[in-house]
Amino acid sequence: MNPVTYALGIAAASLTLVVVAEMLRRRKLRERHAVWWVLAGIVALAIAVFPGLLTAASNLLGVEVPSNLVFFASIAVLFLVCIQHSAELTSVESRMRNVAEHAALLELRVHELEQRSSSGDAS
Amino acid sequence: MPVALSMTLIVMPALNEEETVGAVVAETLRELPGVSCLVVDDGSTDRTAEIARAAGALVARAPYNLGVGGAMRVGFRYARDHGYRAVVQVDSDGQHDPASVPTLLALLDDADVVIGARFAGVGDYRVTGPRWWAMRVLSAFLSAFTGTRLTDTTSGLRATGPRALTLFAQHYPAEYLGDTIESLVIAHRAGCRIAQVPVAMRPRAGGTASHNPVKSAVYLGRAVVALIFALVGAPRSVAADRLEPKAAP
Ligand SMILES: Nc1nc2c(ncn2[C@@H]2O[C@H](COP(=O)(O)OP(=O)(O)O)[C@@H](O)[C@H]2O)c(=O)[nH]1
Ligand SMILES: [Mg+2]
Repeated sequence: MNPVTYALGIAAASLTLVVVAEMLRRRKLRERHAVWWVLAGIVALAIAVFPGLLTAASNLLGVEVPSNLVFFASIAVLFLVCIQHSAELTSVESRMRNVAEHAALLELRVHELEQRSSSGDAS
Repeated sequence: MPVALSMTLIVMPALNEEETVGAVVAETLRELPGVSCLVVDDGSTDRTAEIARAAGALVARAPYNLGVGGAMRVGFRYARDHGYRAVVQVDSDGQHDPASVPTLLALLDDADVVIGARFAGVGDYRVTGPRWWAMRVLSAFLSAFTGTRLTDTTSGLRATGPRALTLFAQHYPAEYLGDTIESLVIAHRAGCRIAQVPVAMRPRAGGTASHNPVKSAVYLGRAVVALIFALVGAPRSVAADRLEPKAAP
């Protein structure tokens, strides 16, 4: 393999890991969302450093073109992460709706109490 | 004996209905002495809430748009927490005649949900195109599913008795069309009885309907999807997973 390509692979994988680590450190990403990206970054780095790993894994699984294994694994991970995000979005939406409904009821209650106390003052 | 009007909460979902909501609230309170009227306004950009309040309604305002389903759940929760025995959903655009509410309430003796059906012979309400087809298909499915003849499952005029009220306060669906279709499936699955009564519909008193021809075309597909999801969904029951603590009265 061309040394530039080799370096490029390592740089890209390291960059991913550094970005994820930094976002975790700044609390911009919660651990439970970062798991997939950390795992993917580590696997990518391992393969970038030791390309033999990919060939070995491909042979083991009977995948003729090793890069196809990379595509397959990447798509599978992205797919699962997307589903996880959709599920979380759904639950966040439903919680937001609960909060909004609750806020509407509380506002109504505040209004009622205000009216009651102002009419009480008047009498 | 039918539920007393003083134990009945009229819930009106209202989105940008300043032109009509005042008159509808006033008419409702006049026609139905002793009734309480709650207007749920979720993100209107006009004076809907002020006008409704001035007309004598209770007004709950949600911080953003929840759709008719979300608005109705606010109404059901309010009713549950304040001990109302029945909720009647009435549109705030003047299409429903408040005078038909006692007819609906009378049927609550034998049913938990009573739908005011617009095509059942009374009045001359007409819908055309994909919306009409969607309504027909849905009604046929839901009639078979619930074992009752229902001709207008998407009607926004419906009465809910004490049992279904508790169920809906927890599980009223907010998805598109969920308030009409899925709610019937949920109610039937929880053992509630559904009935319908013919009502006359009036034209909108003002303002504009929330749907347009493009939306109507999409309606059929979404309606069927909504129905499928409702049917494959897990059954809900009244007692299960009560998430929110009951507010003090
Ligand atoms: N709170 C609330 N009310 C809504 C919303 N969309 C429609 N409505 C109300 O629901 C009722 C029925 O709506 P409309 O557009 O007339 O539909 P149609 O009667 O089925 O043709 C009206 O009183 C509307 O103001 C919404 O997103 N939120
Ligand atoms: Mg209408």
